[in-house]
Amino acid sequence: MFQRLPDAAGERVSFTIDGRVAEALAGDTVAAALMANGVVACRTTPVSGAPRAPFCMMGVCFDCLVTIDDVGNRQGCQVTVRPGMRVETQKGAREAAR
Amino acid sequence: MTDVLVIGGGLHGCSAALHLAMRGVSVRVLEKDHAGRHASGVNAGGVRQLGRHLAEVPLSVASMAIWHRIAELVDDDCGFESHGQIRVAETEEELAACRARSDQLTALGFTHEEVVDRAELRRLVPAISGHCVGALVSRRDGAAIPYRTTFAFRRKAASLGARFEEGAAAVRVARAGRNWCVETADDRRFEAPVLLNCAGAWADRIAAQLGEPVPLEVIAPMLMITHRVPPFLKPVVGATGRTLSFKQFPNGTVLIGGGMRGRAAHDENRTELDFAKLAINARTVWDLFPIMRDATINRAWAGIEARMPDDIPVIGPSGTEEGAFHAFGFSAHGFQLGPVVGRILADLVTAGRTDLPIDSFDIRRFRQSAAAA
Amino acid sequence: MTEMTTRYDLAVIGAGPAGLAAATLAAERGLTTVLLDEQPVPGGQIYRSVTRNPVRNPGILGGDYWHGADLVGPFRDSGAAYRPGTTVWSVSRALEIGLSRDGAARILPVKHIILATGALERPFPIPGWTLPGVMGAGAAQILLKSSALVPSGRLVMAGTGPLLWLLAWQYLRAGARIDAILDTTPGGNWRAALRHMPGFLRSPYLGKGAALLLDVRRKVKVIGNVTDLRAVGDGALRSVAFRQGGGPERSLPADTLLLHQGVIPNINLANATGCGQHWDEIQRCWVPTVDEWGASSVEGVSIAGDGAGIAGAVAAEHRGRLAALGALHRLGAIGPEERDREAATHRAALAEAQRGRMFLDTLYQPGPDFRVPKDDTIVCRCEEVTAGQVRDAVRLGVGGPNQAKSFLRCGMGPCQGRLCGPTVTEVIADARGVSPAEVGYYRLRPPVKPITLAELASLPKSEDEIHAVLHP
Repeated sequence: MFQRLPDAAGERVSFTIDGRVAEALAGDTVAAALMANGVVACRTTPVSGAPRAPFCMMGVCFDCLVTIDDVGNRQGCQVTVRPGMRVETQKGAREAAR
Repeated sequence: MTDVLVIGGGLHGCSAALHLAMRGVSVRVLEKDHAGRHASGVNAGGVRQLGRHLAEVPLSVASMAIWHRIAELVDDDCGFESHGQIRVAETEEELAACRARSDQLTALGFTHEEVVDRAELRRLVPAISGHCVGALVSRRDGAAIPYRTTFAFRRKAASLGARFEEGAAAVRVARAGRNWCVETADDRRFEAPVLLNCAGAWADRIAAQLGEPVPLEVIAPMLMITHRVPPFLKPVVGATGRTLSFKQFPNGTVLIGGGMRGRAAHDENRTELDFAKLAINARTVWDLFPIMRDATINRAWAGIEARMPDDIPVIGPSGTEEGAFHAFGFSAHGFQLGPVVGRILADLVTAGRTDLPIDSFDIRRFRQSAAAA
Repeated sequence: MTEMTTRYDLAVIGAGPAGLAAATLAAERGLTTVLLDEQPVPGGQIYRSVTRNPVRNPGILGGDYWHGADLVGPFRDSGAAYRPGTTVWSVSRALEIGLSRDGAARILPVKHIILATGALERPFPIPGWTLPGVMGAGAAQILLKSSALVPSGRLVMAGTGPLLWLLAWQYLRAGARIDAILDTTPGGNWRAALRHMPGFLRSPYLGKGAALLLDVRRKVKVIGNVTDLRAVGDGALRSVAFRQGGGPERSLPADTLLLHQGVIPNINLANATGCGQHWDEIQRCWVPTVDEWGASSVEGVSIAGDGAGIAGAVAAEHRGRLAALGALHRLGAIGPEERDREAATHRAALAEAQRGRMFLDTLYQPGPDFRVPKDDTIVCRCEEVTAGQVRDAVRLGVGGPNQAKSFLRCGMGPCQGRLCGPTVTEVIADARGVSPAEVGYYRLRPPVKPITLAELASLPKSEDEIHAVLHP
């Protein structure tokens, strides 16, 4: 569980997590924004179905894989939140394209 | 005392060791790295009769019978699954070529390849692009896990008494009385009356020391694999008009190969990938499997292996020396043949003959071309 | 920033201290230089978000952090091209860089490459380390630097190494609550480190480090000599279990567990390029082998900063400058005398920055139990392979990480062994009773980061198309 420093500087950005409206700080990565919004697990693994959350925050561990604007398996910690972005947590192996 | 020295711990070397050990022959395998380090451990794992060179068909059919009972041989199913192999035709002309091929095999008495129409293709491969008109299918074909397979052959052979010297790079092969003497890069010497050359991309160096140089080309076929995606494909799929081998593992990852080549530096045990060529492979997948357009390539690699100018291997006795045999140059399609080639070598060593037709693979076919080179 | 031709003399990969300093010096001296970086803003991880920081009170992060801004200014004035948001997935011996930017992939040929890929946190495999609620202390520090986020709820920090203490100090200054710090530094390390004390006593960091440590110890419950650490929970972290010395198991309720046991070089790109590497017995990690100019075993590829062996941020910038001088010389822009003359000041500064390093490396070397975990611990997070499975494979005859990878799939997932490689090497070495150097490491191949099929399929070959991607 993480919380924002009360005087954190920057504009607020509106985006969605699994369809629910959420708020990020401009410059937040998707992974950071998920943590700031109290998301416990961002995905379940394709191997055992275990829940996972961002672990390294620097593009190394691939535990923060999420679906962003319909594109799956994106590293949440490497993508900056943009207004209106649609972020979805992932279940197992992401659905192959339609 | 060793009866047989095998140079090369790839699938063919391990298979030969296993079949010899099963017959009570004392065998020692000299492997310069570790068993399955190169092509045997990192190939696409296709277990394919489909589309084989006519000379290979009898061997391939015999090997497939072993594959379907592989666990009885090596105590491991090697990850073998038989969901068929399919060669897709994108045009009517390609489909006509498939029919001609199938007819040719039927005339020779082989029935494993059949032509299917668009509807049956879509039933077998629902994800295939709509423009494909049909396919050539071999239903008992499949795929296995290459390293696990080679490792299983090695372990079973070892359990029956075969000895494996890993890190033993054969550098000099010479006669020592009635024996062969092999010296390794780390200054060890091994002797035995019989020598098997299963050295893959390095086999030409052994053959040359037996006085029979061969025009062997070292190649590095490239493969790439995706993240896991939900299951959508069971058979292994290739194309008729372009190079592709495409399959999904039970764990969801999708393997994309088909013979696009990187660069091999076999003296350094190293390969380099050529992404411009992998891009061609990616475009083929893009065209044939629209479902893959969102997929992510997770890893890519290339194995080092040997290709002969006529794209079929060398299998059989030396043309110059008694007590020496070859099995190399499988030209990027030796994996499926591994189980039977070991048996053939064991036949040749223990009985002096084999009941499978191997004349086409005689090393002497290269006498003139090698001399000219 | 100046736009330049696609024919760059030099590409620097990574915009941390080494990369910024290397690109700045090279561009100032006339090389057409491009700096490629995965992050949207310069600074790397150590100076992450230094130009755009949401933390209003500069005292929270401390003066060493804000030094990063001193590197960005000169870089911006240097004339070097800067391409943030660029993922490099391949570097070939032919000095061609495979990169992706905005969903398009390209191959960029250059004449020299400096890899400045920095460090990553050493894997800290304990039971439960995959649970949500458990993350790297370095990761949590990135959340603070780039997003002004601090833990809420019950926080336990565990491990060893300077970063753990620095983060605790920063949290205290930010007003965050720390329930406990579990110090896993092995007791015997102090004795081993003592003989390196003379160097450390002249280290510029001694005073700062000691004050910081005292400050944290005064305000936070610190439990030393911790062993048998476990993260406990079902679906998410609930508590942290541990022993102190050989004592009984204790448990602390926790919402967040931050783990850290030092950093190691991020070697994936260098390894995949074919750069030679060796095992460092003190730092317990694989390190690319480089000469005094950072030149690797691959002609035209240099490595600078922590990516060539951990020495810290200040050392990294000097190593970046030395690598740039080496590149200038190799490309014929300066002669050997000029190179050596200019290098002298950087070498002196580097020596100063590295003073005391042996003391810290020895003191904070993680204990064997935290590098070679018990059987039930997951070592490969991607493929969920346990240490016990690796040991079983060794018993079957698997001798090294590459065979283990083929056999068990450890290291085959998307992280490509970054989070399991060092552990798998050490587990196999331990099981076989040989050194990690003998066991070896994964043979990595590009792409070192995943690339989409669409990106690969669209790979252009003409210079014009490459230009279009780099200069949209």
